Amino acid sequence: MKDADKKRLLREMIFFRRFEDRTFEAYMERKIGGFLHLYSGQEAVATGVLEMANVGQGDKNDYVITGYRDHVHAIKTGAPAREVMAELYGKENGSSKGRGGSMHIFDASQNFMGGYALVGQPFPLAAGLAMGCKHKGTDQIAICFLGDGANNQGTFHETMNMASIWNLPVLFVCENNGYAIGTHIDRSTAQLDQYKRVDTAYNMKSSQHEGMDIESVIPAAKAAIDYVRKEQKPYFIEFMTYRFRGHSMSDAKGYRTKEEEAEWEKRDPIKIYSKTLIDAKIITAKDIKTMEKEIDNEIENDIIKFAEDGPEPRVEDLNKYVLDDNPDPRWIGPLQK
Amino acid sequence: MAETAYWEAIRRAHDEEMARDPMVIAMGEDIGVAGGTYKATSGLFDKYGESRIIDCPISENSYTGIGIGASMTGMRPVIEIMSINFALLALDTIVNAAAKIRYMSGGQIACPIVMRTPGGTAHQLAAQHSARLARMFMSTSGLRVVTPRGPLDAYGMLKSAIRSNDPVVIIEHEQMYNLKEDIPDEEFFRPLEGAEVIREGSDITLIGYNYSVHLCLEAAKRLEADGISAEVVDLRSLKPIDRETIRKSVEKTHKVVVAEEDEAPVGVGSEIITGIMEDCFFALDSQPVRVHAADVPVPYNAKLEKAAIPNADDVYQGALKVMGKI
Repeated sequence: MKDADKKRLLREMIFFRRFEDRTFEAYMERKIGGFLHLYSGQEAVATGVLEMANVGQGDKNDYVITGYRDHVHAIKTGAPAREVMAELYGKENGSSKGRGGSMHIFDASQNFMGGYALVGQPFPLAAGLAMGCKHKGTDQIAICFLGDGANNQGTFHETMNMASIWNLPVLFVCENNGYAIGTHIDRSTAQLDQYKRVDTAYNMKSSQHEGMDIESVIPAAKAAIDYVRKEQKPYFIEFMTYRFRGHSMSDAKGYRTKEEEAEWEKRDPIKIYSKTLIDAKIITAKDIKTMEKEIDNEIENDIIKFAEDGPEPRVEDLNKYVLDDNPDPRWIGPLQK
Repeated sequence: MAETAYWEAIRRAHDEEMARDPMVIAMGEDIGVAGGTYKATSGLFDKYGESRIIDCPISENSYTGIGIGASMTGMRPVIEIMSINFALLALDTIVNAAAKIRYMSGGQIACPIVMRTPGGTAHQLAAQHSARLARMFMSTSGLRVVTPRGPLDAYGMLKSAIRSNDPVVIIEHEQMYNLKEDIPDEEFFRPLEGAEVIREGSDITLIGYNYSVHLCLEAAKRLEADGISAEVVDLRSLKPIDRETIRKSVEKTHKVVVAEEDEAPVGVGSEIITGIMEDCFFALDSQPVRVHAADVPVPYNAKLEKAAIPNADDVYQGALKVMGKI
């Protein structure tokens, strides 16, 4: 990887952290409503995996789908950050025209097929996206990001089985942050190593990797994506990671200790990668400070402004998008009497 | 015209649509090698292969979800659920995903899937194979729910459902698969919306859907022998409901019976009669009657089962009550 790309990746991770921090502020100002689930701490996973996928190329993209902690996955896939922010503000210029909100970011033009609030629901949807790719004979694959908590849903087991028997080109990325909402994995899950839950059970290749260091994520993701694309088979990849903030904004984090949080914060993916690039003399600490300022500037003057200035959806449009708004009368009717 | 059984009509619609559009696939339990529980895809496995007639493991929620995911890429999956009771396992992917994705995405993504499933009682299948559940699906925004009464609609509405850009639930009936009707040899379509007056009458309106349409027709014949002219309306679509056709009929006859095989609470009858109250209350000459199942899980014992489920005589008696004859 070129030095310029490494710098860009660090910049992206800092951007994602600052973006999420800024949504937190907007939430406290009540500019953002509902639920807000922040990705801070896990940046290396989505950034590293999607760096190795086909993203940012419109309809040529691989299909990407995830749960409700979806802002960063959407942006890295190609959704404009300002539209994601506008969506959080509930504005008509948001990714989903203000109809979805934080948990339901979609950008069909970039094959970002959504954030979903039902834990585990994206498993079968992802396998279906992969079925579509396989059926059409494109070289696209589907990539599904979910947490360890999702693996205790029935959809996990049902989908792993079908993805395997039907050889669907789907990469399941398990972001194991150790908690299913507020319950630690060792109290909710019999097998702590998630990648072991698919290998013999569903005859699917799988592996587990460090998820706080993007230099660990990237080669593992590349190998897995190459396998899925070339072999036209599913793969399950697990990254060990940690979310620095609570499950959502209403979470007081009473289920974990300050000591545990401090231990993980030492492994902040941005700190790790900054140090790597500084040690390799690819970037200086001063460059990073400048980068942070530029990012904050962009977030404030472009992204937040776009969201603040965006129009509210019109109440007259309440009933749009429920069904096809321009249906073909031959199929829909009315019935000719 | 050719006499065609309900299952043959469904099979023909699958065959024609699959031949026309390579994006059309079928998914379900035992639909391929085994030929289908209701023969609705029989012979198609050999014709289209295992990548288009897909035998699924017994995982209703996730194979429905896989169909939905495929539909998001432009495919047109027709999903068979062996019994509507089992469709409850797929409620998450149908109700929480398929019905909401267009809206949640601000209109960016359609989910053009079709879910076919038989509701209704057959013969002593007991509580877990006899649910009707139409009322559960018709309460969901973002779905279309249709109830073909015979081969004509079974064929024509399935073809329309496959081509429409909305998720469509087609509720069939365990006891209708062998029902026969003459249908045209040339291709045709029947729209997903619109109730239909299938028997003209002037004294009372009998409203049914799916299997209960046949109970209404039988009751209408008996009423005719009594000198009462009954109009029969087939709702055809439960979501959305064609209130205009109902209003016109009630304004003509001034009396109404709604026949449903479901239990009554929060059901088709309550919805239809509420609509009549709102649309043409003053046209009514007497209190409407709902004919419906007993509010119990369907019993196994044949005598109890018969008592739990409405039949043509119940519709006839309901009509006499509305007419003030009993």
